[in-house]
Amino acid sequence: MKRRLGIQLPQLVILVFLVSMLGLAFRLDISLTSLLGDALVRLVMNGVLVLSLVPMLNAGIGINYGLPVAITAGLLGLCLAVNFKITGLPGFAAAVLFAVPLATILGYGYARILNCVQGREEITATFIGFSFVPLMNYFWAVAPFSNPAMLWPIGGKGMRPTIGLRDYFSKELNTLWSFHLFGITVPAGLLLFFALCCLAVGIFFKTRTGVAMIALGENEAFAKLSGMNISRLRILAVILSTILGAVGICVYAQSYGFIELYDAPQMMAFPAASAILVGGSAGKKTTLLHVILGTFLFQTTYVISGPIANALMVPEVAEIFRMMITNGIILYALVHEGKRTREKYAAS
Amino acid sequence: MRHLNPVSAVFLLLSLVGLLLSGMRPTFVVNEVLIRFIRDGVMVLALIIPINAGMGLNFAIVVGAMCAQVGLVLAVDLQLTGFTGLLFISVIGIGLSLLLGALIGLCLNRVKGKEMISTIIIGFLATSIYQLIFMVGYGTIIHPHNPEMMLSRGIGIRNMIDLQGFRNILDKLWLFRLGEIEIPLFMILLVLIFAGIVHSIMNTRLGRQLVAVGLDGRKAAMVGIDTEGVRVKAIILSTVLACCGHIIYIENIGMLNVYTAHLNSDIFSCAAILAGGATIFRAGIANALLGVLLFHSLFIVSPQAGQNVFGNPALGEYFRSFVAYGTIAFALMMQRQAADRN
Repeated sequence: MKRRLGIQLPQLVILVFLVSMLGLAFRLDISLTSLLGDALVRLVMNGVLVLSLVPMLNAGIGINYGLPVAITAGLLGLCLAVNFKITGLPGFAAAVLFAVPLATILGYGYARILNCVQGREEITATFIGFSFVPLMNYFWAVAPFSNPAMLWPIGGKGMRPTIGLRDYFSKELNTLWSFHLFGITVPAGLLLFFALCCLAVGIFFKTRTGVAMIALGENEAFAKLSGMNISRLRILAVILSTILGAVGICVYAQSYGFIELYDAPQMMAFPAASAILVGGSAGKKTTLLHVILGTFLFQTTYVISGPIANALMVPEVAEIFRMMITNGIILYALVHEGKRTREKYAAS
Repeated sequence: MRHLNPVSAVFLLLSLVGLLLSGMRPTFVVNEVLIRFIRDGVMVLALIIPINAGMGLNFAIVVGAMCAQVGLVLAVDLQLTGFTGLLFISVIGIGLSLLLGALIGLCLNRVKGKEMISTIIIGFLATSIYQLIFMVGYGTIIHPHNPEMMLSRGIGIRNMIDLQGFRNILDKLWLFRLGEIEIPLFMILLVLIFAGIVHSIMNTRLGRQLVAVGLDGRKAAMVGIDTEGVRVKAIILSTVLACCGHIIYIENIGMLNVYTAHLNSDIFSCAAILAGGATIFRAGIANALLGVLLFHSLFIVSPQAGQNVFGNPALGEYFRSFVAYGTIAFALMMQRQAADRN
C-alpha cells in the first residue's frame, strides 16, 4: 500500500511519452498553444464517454466494453435530430433528449443480460457490443429516415456512413462562450458542459442509492447481507452508464462535426477504457479525478502525436502508437489487478 | 455425437434456408466448404486445448497467425520458394510461436478468471507491434533483401505480397475429382492428422492434467499438478497449432495481406467451434470439425441469399458478422446458466 500515492506505471509511460512528444513538437516548431487548445477540446469530446464508464465500474460490474450499445442510442438520437432538421444548440439539445429514453430502454435490456453473466461481464459485454454493431448496420441500411442529407445520394435509401453536421449543430458547444487567453482558445461552454456532467455524477454518488452502489462494488457479499436489492442496483448502474455514453457520443459528434454510423462504434470502448485506467482507477473506487486526469493525459497524446507523425513523413506511426498504448495500458491493468487479487487470496 | 446440439441445429437450418434462397448449385457450395475446411480446420483445432484447460476461448491465436506471417515475409524477403521455403516458414513460425506462446501463458497465469478478455487485448496489442515492425521497422532498422515487396517510399512493406512460389503447392497433391466435386485428399488428411495429434495430446498425461486443471484448479493443485505450468503448456500448444493453421491458410490463398490477413481469424475460429456444439468449458475434435463445416456453409451462402431476398449484398455481409460475433456472445450468456444448473 506504500505506492498508493506514487505514480504508477501507466501514468509514467504516458507522461514519458507526452514529454518526449512535447520536446519533439517544440523542435519541429509546432505551435504549443494551439495544441493545448485542441487538448482542451479533446478532453471534453471524449470525457463524457470516459465518464460513462464510472457507474458500472463503481457498482463492481467492471469496464463497460459494451459501449457500442450506448453509442448506438446516442447515434439514433443524433440522427433523429438531423432528420427533423433542428439546427444550432436546440439541435444538440434535441439529440440528447431523443437519445436519453432510447438509452434507457437499450440499457435496461443490456443490464438484464449482464445480470445473467455475473463474474464474466467484461468479456460478455465486449461481444454484446461487437454483435450489436452489425445488427445496427442492418437498421442503418434500411432505416426510414427522410432527410436527404443523411441518405445515399444515389437511390436515396440507406444511411451514409458519415453524415456532416455543418448545417445542423457542428461545433455548437465548442464555440459557445469560447474566449482567447494567452493565445489559447478556451472552449468555456464545452468545459462547462463537461463540468455539469461530472457534477451530476458526483452528486449521484453522494445520494443514498449512489452510496449503496459503491458499497455493492466494494463488497458484494456484504451488500447482500445488508439487504440491498443487488440486481436492481446493477440494472440502475448499467442504465446510467448507457445514458451517459449516449450523451457522450452526442458531444463527440458535435465536436467532430460528423455522425459516424455503421462499423465506427465497434472499437470505441477501448480508448475510453484505457483513458480511465491511465487516470489510475485500476482495481479501486473510480473518482472524477481519475476520469479527468486520465482523459486529459490520454487524449493529449492523441493531439500531439498526429502533427508530429505528419511532420516525420510516416503518418501511420501515430495511429499504431496510439493502438499500442491503448491496449498496452488495458493489459497492464488486467495483469496488475490479477496480482492484487492473488495477494488478497494469499493473505486470507 | 448422439444428438445434434441446438446451436449446431440452428446453423444447419440457417445454412439450408440460405442455400435455398441463394439459388447456388449444391456442388459449388460443397467445393467451397471443402476449401474452407482445409483452410480453417487447423486454426479451429488450436482452440480445443485451452478450452479444456479451463481458459476459455483463446483469442490470442491471432498471435500464432502473426508468427506464421513473420515466417512468410522473411521467406519472401530471402526469396525462398517451394518446399524449402515452406520448411523455413514452419521453423521460423513455430519457433516464434513457442516463445510468444510461453509469454502469453505466463501473462494469463496472472489474470485468472479474466483470460478471455486478456487474450483479446493481447491480440490487439500484438497486432499493433507487428504493424509497427513491418510498416516502420522494415527499411529503417531492418534491411530488406527483396526490394519488390517494399513500398515505393522505401519504408514499410506493401499491403499485398504475392506468394507465387508457394501458392497451392500442397493443395494439388492427390487431388481427386468426384463428378464436379474436387477433393484435395492430401490436405484433408493433413487436417485430420492435426486432429489426431490434438486428440492424442488430450489422451496423454498432459492432456489428463489439462482436463483436471480445467475442472477444478484448486483440487488439481492439491493432488500435485503444477497448474500454472500446465496452463502455459496449453497456450504454447494452441499458439503453435494456430501458426501451422495459418501457414496452411495463406498457402491456400496464395496471397499475403501483410497487415490484415490474421485479423478475423480468432473471431471466426471461435464462432466455428461454438457452432460445432462446443461450450466455453468443453470442446472436442468433433465440435471443431463439424463447426468449420457448418459455420462456413452459412458464410458461403449468406451474401448471395441477402442479395436475392433484399436486393442488397451488404445485408448478407452484416448478417455474417452478426452471426460470428453473436454466436460468441450467445455462448457466453448461456454459459452462466449451464454452470448454475450444475
